[in-house]
Amino acid sequence: MKAIVTVVGKDQVGIIAAVCVHLASYNVNVLDISQTVMQGFLTMMMVVDVSACNVPVAELAQAVEEKGKEMNLSIRLQREDIFSAMHQV
Amino acid sequence: MLNVKDILSTQDMIDKRHLDIRTITMGISLLDCTDTDVNKCADKIYDKIVRRAENLVKVGQEIEWEFGIPIVNKRIAVTPISLVGSSCQTDSYVPLAIAMDRAAKNCGVNFIGGFSALVQKGATSGDEVLINSIPEALAQTECVCASVNVGSTRAGINMDAVAKMGRIIKETANITADKDGLGCAKLVVFANAVEDNPFMAGAFHGVGEPECVLNVGVSGPGVVYHALQGIKGQPFDVVAETVKKTAFRITRMGQMVGVEASKRLGVPFGIVDLSLAPTPAVGDSVARILEEMGLEVCGTHGTTAALALLNDAVKKGGVMASNHVGGLSGAFIPVSEDEGMIAAAECGTLTLSKLEAMTCVCSVGLDMIAVPGDTSAATISAIIADEAAIGMVNSKTTAVRIIPAPGKSVGDRVEMGGLLGSAPVMPVIDKGSELFIDRGGRIPAPLQSLKN
Repeated sequence: MKAIVTVVGKDQVGIIAAVCVHLASYNVNVLDISQTVMQGFLTMMMVVDVSACNVPVAELAQAVEEKGKEMNLSIRLQREDIFSAMHQV
Repeated sequence: MLNVKDILSTQDMIDKRHLDIRTITMGISLLDCTDTDVNKCADKIYDKIVRRAENLVKVGQEIEWEFGIPIVNKRIAVTPISLVGSSCQTDSYVPLAIAMDRAAKNCGVNFIGGFSALVQKGATSGDEVLINSIPEALAQTECVCASVNVGSTRAGINMDAVAKMGRIIKETANITADKDGLGCAKLVVFANAVEDNPFMAGAFHGVGEPECVLNVGVSGPGVVYHALQGIKGQPFDVVAETVKKTAFRITRMGQMVGVEASKRLGVPFGIVDLSLAPTPAVGDSVARILEEMGLEVCGTHGTTAALALLNDAVKKGGVMASNHVGGLSGAFIPVSEDEGMIAAAECGTLTLSKLEAMTCVCSVGLDMIAVPGDTSAATISAIIADEAAIGMVNSKTTAVRIIPAPGKSVGDRVEMGGLLGSAPVMPVIDKGSELFIDRGGRIPAPLQSLKN
C-alpha cells in the first residue's frame, strides 16, 4: 500500500533526514522523492510504501503530522488512493 | 502516474475549498424490533442500533486520517418508526424516539433519522401515532430527525396529512420555543421521498433496502465555486463542462471512501448521493456559485436557470464516477445553512416565491426557512401543498423544512447553531388559505403523458 507524504514549509537544514528517520522508525520505505525550493520555501513530496508499517496507517498519519508541528512544517501523509481516485479515470 | 500538481490541487480543495465527505450514513433495518410492549420495542431498537453501528464513528475517523479527507458527519438512518412501532399497544412513540436518541449518542453520531411515516395515500394507525408523537419526540431528544411523506407522483397528495403537518410544525415550534423552534429544523415534510437518502433531516432506511447498508453524501460547493472563478465570461457550455468535471472528482472521492468504509464495517455499500450541500462557512455556498455565473445577488431573475444548469451538471458529472448513485443527488438550497442564501434573503432579493420556483429545478425543496412565529398552520400547510404539487407533477423529490419561529417577525434572525446555521425570518403572503386546507381529502395523481 502506497502513501504520499507532503512536506511544506520554510527550508531548513536536515528536513529530508529528519522525515526519513521518522518514517524509518515506523518501518516505512521511501520509494521516490521530489522537491522544489522557491525563495527559501520548500515543497517536498515522497511516495512511500506503508505495507510493512508497524502501526495502523491512521496512527502513522497522526504521528507524521505531530512531527511536522515539532519542526514548524506542514507534513501530512495520505494514502495514494485518494489522489488516483480523483485524478485518474 | 500521479503528478505534483494533482496532489497539490487535491490538498488545496481540502484545505481552502471545504472539500469534504459530508456524511457517511448507516442504514439499519429495524423491522425485526417490533413488540406489543412499547418499552420492549424501545429496548430492541436501542440494542440493534448500537450493535450495528458501534464501529461507525471509529472507522470514519480512521479513514479521515488515512486519506486526509474530513468526514464531517457520521449518521444513522433507520426503518420508518411508524412501521416498527405499529404493533405496540400505545398512543405515543416518544419512548422509541428516546431509545433512538440514546443509541445515537452511545454510537457517537450527531443525527439519527427515521422517526418517519409514509402517508402519501393514507395513514395507518401507526402512522397517526407517529405523527402525533413528533412534537414531543423532537422536544425530548437531540439527535432524532423526523420526516413525513405526504405525496408522490403515483399516489397524489394526501391533503389530510398536509393539513395535519401544518399543525404539527406549529406545535413543534411552540414546544421548542426556548430554542427558537429548533425542533422544526429536524422535521421534513416530503413528496416523493427517497429510501436511500444519507442527508438529514430526511434520511430513513426504506423497506426496499437491505438489512444494513452504508450510504455516502459528498459535498463541495466551494470547489465548484473556485473552478467557476477560473472561467469568467465564458459561455454556459464551458460552465456546464467545468461543473461536470469538478463533480466527477468529488464523487470519485466519495465512492472510494464509501467502498472503503463499507469494507471495514462489513456492511454492503449502498449509494453515493451526489449533492452540493452547503454549510454556513464562507466559501462553501451554493448561492455564491449561482452568483459566480453572473447574477448580482442570488434570487434575482436568472437564478432558476442558473440552478437548473448547476443541478443537472452535478448529476451528469457524478454519475460516471460512482457505480451506484442515489439519494437526493443535486444542489441543495437550504437558506440557513448557506452563507450566500442568508445574505440574499437578508437583503430581500431572495424571497419565498423565488425559492419555490428554484425548488422546481433543485434537488429537494424549501429547506431551512424561518418564517414569522404568527404564521398560521393553514399557511404552512398551503406552503407544503404547493411544494408537494411541484414534486408530484415533476416526478422529483420536494420537501419543506420550515421554522415558524415563536415570537419572531420579519427582520429578526433565528440562530440554530452549528451546521444548521442561522436564518433571517422571511415574510409569507398574508392572505389566508384556511378554506383550501380545510377541504381535506386527496389530490389525485397526475397524468404521466400529455406533458406540456
